[in-house]
Amino acid sequence: MKGLLIISGLGILAMLAEIFKFKKLLFPMVLLGIVAAYAFNFMEWKTGMSIPYFDNMIGFDKLGLAFSGIILATAFFWFILANDYFEEDTNLVDHFALVLFALVGALMLTSFKNMTTLFLGVEIMSIPLYVLAASKKNDIKSNEAGFKYLIMGSFASGFLLFGIALIYGATGSFDLMQIRAFISENAATLPLFFYVGVVFMLIAMLFKVSAAPFHFWAPDVYQGSPTLITALMSTVVKTAAFAAFMRLFMVGFAEVSSTWTGILAGAVALSLVIANFSAAMQSNVKRMLAYSSISHAAFMLMVILANVRSNLSVNALIYYSLAYSLGSIAAFGVLYNVTKKGNENIDAFNGLAKRNPSLALCMAVAMLSLAGIPITSGFFAKYFVFTAMIGTQYKWLLIVAVLTSAVGVYYYLKVVIAMYFKKQETEEPIQIERSNILVIVLTTAATIAIGVVPGIVAEMFKF
Amino acid sequence: MINGISINYYLLLSAVLFIIGAVGVMARRNSIIIFMCIELMLNAVNLLLVSFSTLHNDASGQVFVFFIMAVAAAEVAVGLAILSMIYRNVKTIDTDVLSNLKN
Repeated sequence: MKGLLIISGLGILAMLAEIFKFKKLLFPMVLLGIVAAYAFNFMEWKTGMSIPYFDNMIGFDKLGLAFSGIILATAFFWFILANDYFEEDTNLVDHFALVLFALVGALMLTSFKNMTTLFLGVEIMSIPLYVLAASKKNDIKSNEAGFKYLIMGSFASGFLLFGIALIYGATGSFDLMQIRAFISENAATLPLFFYVGVVFMLIAMLFKVSAAPFHFWAPDVYQGSPTLITALMSTVVKTAAFAAFMRLFMVGFAEVSSTWTGILAGAVALSLVIANFSAAMQSNVKRMLAYSSISHAAFMLMVILANVRSNLSVNALIYYSLAYSLGSIAAFGVLYNVTKKGNENIDAFNGLAKRNPSLALCMAVAMLSLAGIPITSGFFAKYFVFTAMIGTQYKWLLIVAVLTSAVGVYYYLKVVIAMYFKKQETEEPIQIERSNILVIVLTTAATIAIGVVPGIVAEMFKF
Repeated sequence: MINGISINYYLLLSAVLFIIGAVGVMARRNSIIIFMCIELMLNAVNLLLVSFSTLHNDASGQVFVFFIMAVAAAEVAVGLAILSMIYRNVKTIDTDVLSNLKN
């Protein structure tokens, strides 16, 4: 909870920076604030007590704190990566404030206890991102991305709200635990519109995590947004959306799992197939990473599917989010520096191994991690998902997942091949900022580190 | 029963409004009308929440409506800002021009 308050305070501070003229100080202040929020978060996690706030509307339990930790750590890396992006724009403080408020929404989503905080969390996270997606004012592509994100986001919010209203009508409460209690007491007499409400909320959440068949906005939005905002969307937003998804369906609607597990399994299978085959056909790297993020969403959804009966493998989802966030930050960091001249196609990576060997190495590790090749963390993330799935009735999904992952290896390696085996006309080395090198190297090292000791990390998040 | 009218009628009315809104978002090409349709969807939800709130004799449903109104206002403010930006760049708000993002 203290973390949430600190980040909210930072957001307000960022808006004041313009008036009171401490723009120069803002960047170190934000970094310090995030570190402080992380430290408080960690302390609350150590004591392990969940204190409900605001009439039990929000309460950071261990699960929520674990996700908050991942979000804060990712945000810290992201801010260092983004420092020069902020400098080239005149509206520096607005960008800071928007990102910080999006972060507030993300933290709310990890620990909501009430439908009100779920809705507010989704909106507080999304509305700043609509603006950020469209933040290249004169670039029609960026405008289009922001517009599409806005329309699809509010369309999904409509479904979310209609679902909430129907469930409120059936159970008479917005409180997650009270809804759960009501369901288990009156399982036989629930009206039909309650089940419609659950399905509506499922559709809305599938929209938010961009799973097929509700994924169509994601490639466009990811491609059109400024690269660093795409990085934010595919790490922080994704993690928060999954934390919310898991809490809502595994805590709130676990008793009526037969209504939604079938649909969810279908969505997972569809996402795996569509995302991997579409990604293989892309030549724009940003768009390829968007499709790849859809296929990773499918993997994380598999954990939720597997955990319906028992909460034993929640740590698989946390490990996956961590591995995916770190890998993505590294990949987008390299992508941002390579595509600065505007060419986002895969041939921009040609001969990168000659032009900047360390950058190419980091990109290669990130790609291998996202593809799930051993000793990187991506492999163990997938491994934990698979072990969670064995023993459920959805073993067929495992086969689909393994087959489509093979397709996945193809398009991730395409980038690696371009970097190491293809020639580029210009051999001039790519200059990147020292802070960016630091982030890329750190996240790459972390990707390997948590892949070398997966047991310890997974054990840490055991509940 | 609210004032002698069965709750099912309220449910039906808001479902119809919601569907009109949802179909409008998918079918219409004018950006402003798309925004109006999204508002329609949210107002269908508001109607439903208020009627359930009366049915359950519980004020929290009506409080939720205030949250929805506030958020909808923020969303439309951002939406119109993005729209005016698009208009400045391409001199139209027809969604057909928004197809620059592809492989």
